[in-house]
Order: sequence, then C-alpha cells, then structure tokens
Amino acid sequence: MKTEDMLKALTEAPGISGSEEDVAHLLRNYFARLTDEAFIDKFNNVIGIKKGTSSAGKVMMAAHIDQIGFLVHTFEEGGFIRIAPIGGHDPRVLPGQSVIIYGKEIIRGVIGTTPPHLQKSGDTGKVTALEELYVDTGLKEEDVKTRLQIGDPVLFDNVCTRMAGDYYSAAAMDNRAGVLVLLETLRILKGLKHQWDVYMVGTVQEEVGTRGGALTAYEIKPDVGIAIDVTFGDFPGIPDRQTSKLGGGGAVAVGPNFHPKLTERMIALARDWEIPFQKEFNPRPGGTDAVSMQIAARGVPMVQVSIPLRYMHTTVETLDLQDIRRAGRLLALFAAHIDEIHGEVVG
Amino acid sequence: MKTLIKKVVETFGPSGREDSIREIIKKEIEPFVDSLAIDTMGNLHAVKKGAGARVMVAAHMDEIGFVVTHIDKMGFLRISPVGGVAPVRCLYQRVLLDNGVKGVIGVEPVKNNNEIDFSKLYVDIGAKDEDEARAMAGEGHFGAFLNEMTELNDLITAKSLDDRIGCVVAIEAARRLKKSPNEIHFVFTVQEEVGLRGARAAAFRIEPELGIALDVTGTGDTPESAKMPMKLRNGVAIKIKDSSLLVPKKVKEFFTAVAERNKIRHQPEILTFGGTDAGAINLSKSGILAGCLSIPTRYIHSVSETASLSDIEETVKLLVKILECDVKKELALE
Amino acid sequence: MIHVLEKFSNAIGVSGNEDEIRALIEETIKDHVESVSVDFMGNLYAVKPTKAKNAPHVLLVAHMDEVGLMVTGTESNGLLRFSPVGGVDSRLLVSKRILLGKERVPGVIGAKPIHLQDRNEWKSPLPLSALYIDIGASDEKEASAKVPLGTFGTFQTVFESQRDVVLGKAFDDRAGCSLLAELLMTENDEEYPVHITAVFTVQEEVGLRGASILAERVRPDYCIAFEGTTAGDVPRGVSESPSTEMRKGPALSFMDRTAIGSDKLINHFSQTAKIKNIPYQYKKTVSGGTDIGVIHIKGGIPSMVLSVPVRYIHAPKGILAVEDYKNAIRLAKEALMNFKEVL
Repeated sequence: MKTEDMLKALTEAPGISGSEEDVAHLLRNYFARLTDEAFIDKFNNVIGIKKGTSSAGKVMMAAHIDQIGFLVHTFEEGGFIRIAPIGGHDPRVLPGQSVIIYGKEIIRGVIGTTPPHLQKSGDTGKVTALEELYVDTGLKEEDVKTRLQIGDPVLFDNVCTRMAGDYYSAAAMDNRAGVLVLLETLRILKGLKHQWDVYMVGTVQEEVGTRGGALTAYEIKPDVGIAIDVTFGDFPGIPDRQTSKLGGGGAVAVGPNFHPKLTERMIALARDWEIPFQKEFNPRPGGTDAVSMQIAARGVPMVQVSIPLRYMHTTVETLDLQDIRRAGRLLALFAAHIDEIHGEVVG
Repeated sequence: MKTLIKKVVETFGPSGREDSIREIIKKEIEPFVDSLAIDTMGNLHAVKKGAGARVMVAAHMDEIGFVVTHIDKMGFLRISPVGGVAPVRCLYQRVLLDNGVKGVIGVEPVKNNNEIDFSKLYVDIGAKDEDEARAMAGEGHFGAFLNEMTELNDLITAKSLDDRIGCVVAIEAARRLKKSPNEIHFVFTVQEEVGLRGARAAAFRIEPELGIALDVTGTGDTPESAKMPMKLRNGVAIKIKDSSLLVPKKVKEFFTAVAERNKIRHQPEILTFGGTDAGAINLSKSGILAGCLSIPTRYIHSVSETASLSDIEETVKLLVKILECDVKKELALE
Repeated sequence: MIHVLEKFSNAIGVSGNEDEIRALIEETIKDHVESVSVDFMGNLYAVKPTKAKNAPHVLLVAHMDEVGLMVTGTESNGLLRFSPVGGVDSRLLVSKRILLGKERVPGVIGAKPIHLQDRNEWKSPLPLSALYIDIGASDEKEASAKVPLGTFGTFQTVFESQRDVVLGKAFDDRAGCSLLAELLMTENDEEYPVHITAVFTVQEEVGLRGASILAERVRPDYCIAFEGTTAGDVPRGVSESPSTEMRKGPALSFMDRTAIGSDKLINHFSQTAKIKNIPYQYKKTVSGGTDIGVIHIKGGIPSMVLSVPVRYIHAPKGILAVEDYKNAIRLAKEALMNFKEVL
C-alpha cells in the first residue's frame, strides 16, 4: 500500500486518548503485514515484533496513536452539547469547527458561535473559553439524547488533503505522521538484516500524560528506546530556533532526555548515508513518550526523531511527506546497526 | 451507617499523619476480612482470601491539612498546605494539630482579597509569645481542620468526606459481602492528597488485576457551577474520566452493567480536574485496569463537604455487587 | 427539493466572482422561464410572464454571492496573505481548510501551536495580521504561479443531510436562491397571476451592489427578497433575542437596518400562512441589511423579506431545518398564487 494512502487512512481513523480502538485495529493490520507478531494489549497499545537474527537485544520504537478531541460532557435544553477536552486545545481554533460525535450513531455538528449580526461591539476582542463552547447538531433534543450519551468521543471532522509539492494537511498528523514513520521503517527493514529484535509500538494516551509509553516500556524493557513524534514546523511569528524546517528531514532531539552518544551516532549515520536531518534542542525532558520511557522500570536509553509539523493541535496540521520517508530510512539504518552502536557507546 | 460516618470523618488524619484514623478503620474492618497488615508507607491492607481475580479496592484515609513551617516573632504559627488547600477556604477556620493543640486561622489584612495566599495566613493557638508558642507546638507539626458532621435534610455535611466516605463505603461493603470468588485487597491508602502516593506503592506490591477506587467527585447542581452532569441524589457516579485517568471502556461498562442488572441508581461522571488513587493504580508497572465509583459531593476541599446518604448507600450496594461477580470472567482476563 | 439546495450550497461564488453559481442556477431554471439574461455586473435575470390581465409586476431577488476570502499578497516563504470578503468573523478563520480559485487549490489557515504560546496569547483572538493561507508552496514564485493575487477562496465544506436538518456552507443565501429556483420551476398547468422578474443578484455581501442597479432596470410594482437569516436559538444570555428560531417556520422581517418592510405585503404573507396552515415567525431583531434596502427607496417600491432560519450563517458550516426550508417554499408559492388580494 502506498505511503500517501496509509497517511490518509491513519489520519482519518478515529482515536482520541482513551478511545483508540479503531486506529489500533488499523495499525495492527498494517503491522501484521510487516512484522512477525502483531497484537493489541488491554489498553489498546499496538505492538509489532520483527525478530532479529540473534535477538541479542531489543530496540523499541514508539509513536503515539491517540489524537486530541473531546468527550460529550452534558446536554443542555435545546439539544446543545457541552464538551470536555481530551488533550490540549487552543480555544481560539474551536468556534465554527465541524465535528463528528461517535455515539450509538455517528452524528455531525459544529462548535457554535454568536453570529456577527448579534455580537455586541466588545465581542470581537473576546475569546470564548472552552467551557462556554457547545456543539450544535441541529437535531431536536430528544433525537440527540436517544443517539448520544455522556462520554461519547467528539472528533474534528477530518479530511487529509494533498497540497502543493509533497505537503499534506489533516487533523491528527500529531501523531499519525509518527505512526507512518514506524511503517516506513518496517518497509525498509524488510530488505535489511538486523541482529536485535525490533519492537514497533503504537502507544495510547500520550496526549493526556504519555501513559501508553510508560506502560509499554515497562512491559517490554527494551535496551534502547526511540520515540517518534512531531515537532514545531517553521512559521512566521515563531523564532527559527524554536522550529524545524518542513522539507529539512526528521529532527533529531538533543537534551537531557536523550542519550548523548546514541544521539551522536544517529546523527553520524544520517551524515554518512546522506539522509537530510535537522537537530532540535530540548533543554527539559517533556512533551513526548520519551519522557516516561526514559525512566520506565530500570530506565531506557532514548533517542528521538520528530517530523516537522506546522499548526500543531489544529485541524490543518501540515507536513512534507518526504520528511516521513527520510526519517524512515534513518531509523531503519539505525535499527540495523544498533547492536554495534549500543555495544560501543552504552555497553 | 451514620454513626460510623461521623466517627470516621471527625477523626484527625492529614497526609503523612494517618495513624489515628488508621487505628479506627482497622478496628471497624477487622471482623470482616481474613488478614490485616500495615505496609512501610502506612497503607492498611485488609485482605479477603479468594481463588479468583486479585481486586484492589482503594479508599484514602488522609485528608487535606497543613504543616507548621515556622513560628513568627509574635507567636503565630506559619503554615504551608498539605494537599490542595485554597487559602480563602481556610479563613477563620478552627484547626487541630497532631499533638492535640487547637487553633484558629487568621489572615494579615490585604487591600484586595486576590492577594491572600499562604504567606498571609497564620494559626493562632492562643500563645502569649514566640516562646510559649514554640513550647506548645513547634515546626513540623501537621494540622487539619475541625468540624462536626451534621445533617441537612437528607444530606450530610462534614469535613473530609473526601475521602473518609470512601473508607466507610469500603468498610460497609466488607461487612455486607457474603460470598466472593475474588481475592479482595481493601487498601486504605495514605498520602493521596499529596500525589496518590500510598496507592502507587500499594499497587506496585499487590499487582492487582482490577483496581477500584472509591472517592468523591464534584457536582454541577449548585448556582453557576461548572457544567458537569453529576448531581446529588442521582446515585453512585461511575467514572469515565478525570485528569489522572481515562477509565478503560470495558471497566466502565462492567460497572454500569452490574448497576443496571441490580437496579442500582447510577450516573455517569466526567471530572475535568482532579485525580484519584485509580490513576496511580492504572499506571503501575505495565498497567492495571482500573475504575472508580464516586460519591457526588458539593464543596469539596472545604470544611463543609456535602453529600447525599442515598448516593452513599447506592455506592455500597454497587461495590458489593461488583465484588460478588467473577471478575476474571466479566473482564475476560487470562 | 433538497438536491437543488445541495448543489447550490456546494457551488463556489464569492462576492465579485459568481460565475460558477450563476451558470449552475441558469442551467437549473432556464427551461422553466421565458428568458434568461445577464447584465455587466453579473446579475442573472429570469422572466416569467403571466397571461392574467392587469397583473402586477413582482421582482423576486436572492443573492448568489457568499462570504469568503481574497488573496492579497505573497510572502517570500510561500505563504499567502488574504483579506476577508464580506462579513466573515475573523475569529472563525483559524484552523480551517480553504479552496482557492476555479481550480479549487487546497489551502489551510493555521496558527501557532499552543505549546509555543504564553498564557496571555490565548486571551485575545488572533488578529488578521497573524493569519496566512498555506498551500504548501516553498517560495513566492511557486505560490503566485498556483494562486495569483486576487484569487478568491471559500471554506472547504461539503453539504450533509442528517435526520431533519442539513449542514453546509453559504445557506446565506443559497437557501434563498434554491427557494427562488423552486418557485420558478412550476408544473405545466400552474401559472402565477403576476409577472415575475426573478433576479439572482451579485455582491450583496459587500454592500448590496448588484441590487443597487435593479430598481431602474426592472421597475417593478413590488419586491420580495428571499434570504437565509440568523437563527440564534442557541445557548445565550437570558435577555438576548434569538432573532429567528429553527423549526418555527420561515421568518418575516418587519424591519432591518436598510428597510422597513411593507406592512401590506407582510400581512398578506401572514394571512396566507394562517389560511394555509403554514408555520411562520417574525424575525425578532432589526439588525442586518438585504437587497430590498437599495431597491425599495427608488420611488418607494413596497418590499419585504422572507427568510429561512439558518444557524451560523457566516461560518464555514451552517445548519437549517428541512421543514423550515420546505415551508418557506410553500408559503412563498401560496402567497404569489393568491397575490391579487394585495392590490
């Protein structure tokens, strides 16, 4: 299956934190074609194991499969729905958004707003807080209550759109892009020999506290861990030093959360094989599965590669598909050499 | 149950100083379990043997309070919060220190009430000067609020319903539980209010297959309150989410199915802030399936937490019915 | 009946660039009217005469244009600058998908991620100066080749039907246009007792421009506009009027900022509704303006507005109740068929 088709299927599969069943099943099916063993655990983490020639060690690559969204919180007179956030939202991107509610039936709606004609002159300067927003499905109150219940997931209506060049835009690129990197890596690994067992893990509940990463790392106890996520893409108004360029390749992270020598070796590999990459500097651990994986059980030496992404946590997250391919190549090479590298720098 | 509730809520026991309340709970639950033990953190484990799934029922014994950090030159005790204590809720409250000394909380005058934080509060124990204060109660003493339980119509109001009411539910359930195929660990945890610490340690040791926390939850039924679906008198709240935990669907569905088939009044719960011991149990080691039965409560973390006796009763009923199930089968555990 | 509304809603036609929607409307009605013509501004005229004697001349209008965006600049990094066209609430622009130009080039309006904002930034809406359209171009050259300056954009919204409501873009005023088209598509034996000139106008959203030249060109005796108007029956303050409400029928406007409706005409409609048992309501606010504003003052032509209640009219996706739409068509048809009573 083509990379761009998998990107579309992955970004359009529903899976907010805590309700990842659908995307977990999709990923397990992809893993089943590319690994020796693929299964879903009791929290919907997806694990695919590709055995190495000696199985002398384990490298675990993790990408979170959950996306931000909301839950139906309360019903109001008139059939309007109040929502509780799952993950971090900028309230300013919400008014007017199209949403889909997965209840007994799939119901569509919009996040409501005051129409311009009815606004008072002070209103245009105000941001409506999330608690004041509501979802309008247009349906009568009794029709809403027979089809939906408190706790039903609410997702942004999502269409993966191809833009100019190899740019694609969709909601949930954070982190279905990372998941796609796992699949790209597996595709290339098929043609490479590797000693260690490779554990590809689609983790749950990263957006609410990197929970799936903690649990799976504890269970697997890998010798080396690699977190794959998205990072801030270049955009006016954000200093260059805080972003990575779209089209510049995967961003390798440097900082206390990551094993310095393993990170150096990954960078050396990228240079030797002429794979475009960038560096990002994270002074504090936090923000991806790496933060909890590093301290799971007895600890896991970590590296991280992220795909540059513009407009993170909006419905129009945008990236360059080539960056995903570049990251896949780099990670496959890294996995093929990890036994050697680990021996030399971690011991 | 009212007498038991009164005894339990009125006992002293802020996080880190749970001895007195643990003693009382130990005596109450002893006749209904097979073994009792206190672990190195201070959690009380009351175990009912069984061959089936290992279930951990957690209710925390600790209440919010404060610790005396220093004594000022005028003989007033300066304090820091233990657990989530809002300064404005302390004003002029009566308090009890761990050595039995009583006091009241006073505040330095401010121009604007928004300026009130812990640095402006102090405990007046009636000492004449700094020396007398130091003799009566030095640095390092823990304290908690003082209040009596009373009834408001069909509701009860008291300090530390959070989470003494969960402890009472556990004790009552242990008393009423006739037969259960499961191995049940009733764990009365310490230090929940300062970071779910007791539960974390207990779950690490016990490695249960299912965790059930008992705690309070907020309500959306008072003027201009946050819009939440929980209401007093609508029954036991079955948690869907709070900030520490997304309850796995099959756990929430199991609890709901048991409530439905036993005609127990229940309501769904989504709390957008706050966490419980279930969150700590969930993230233990490789992860444990965990859920929570909550008692809807108004004015949480004040001296007048208010709940409905009927909701408490429904919570006991539901916990008993859940524990009577073959949990291994219901949750399809290997 | 809904499929006409669906096609009209999905079509593109931002104020000043109504070609696509005009062609669609022309195609839809041309076999049901005597003649069709277009003036220099782009207004579409359709004439439906009657054989009745001494029949009054009624001008029926609905505007074809929708609010949208226009590309006004290109940045060196390939991002596009734009301006809103018509009353788009700029707070609704962020995190939306856009289609640009005739070729429907996809673009997105993104925003700085929350992780990189400080807390005060959340407190005010993003100003227009902080917004860009990103089409994925890597530089200015690539961007202007794909999307030249002046290209218009609309929200990428697809019409959907759900139980008794429909969701889609531009119901203001594609609901009015499809209502008017339905009125023109009479059966062979049906004939209105009035001469009808139906005009699908342009540029209403940027100042009632197309309608401004109609009074002198058409010189009617009466004028009725069909609109999609605000339904504000959503959570709101206790003393706030909802304007119109969903599922309470088509709305009659007694007054807005540009015109006071003809009470004789309005009474005719309300009486017709009562006799024929059609639900109707009054628009309970006096805000907004319509094409009749610039038509009625040219010599004092009795005019009124009949509207379909729509929630979120200038947002990417609005909602209307199918029963309101159908009742609006029914009421307008009955009122026109029985028109001689107003003279």
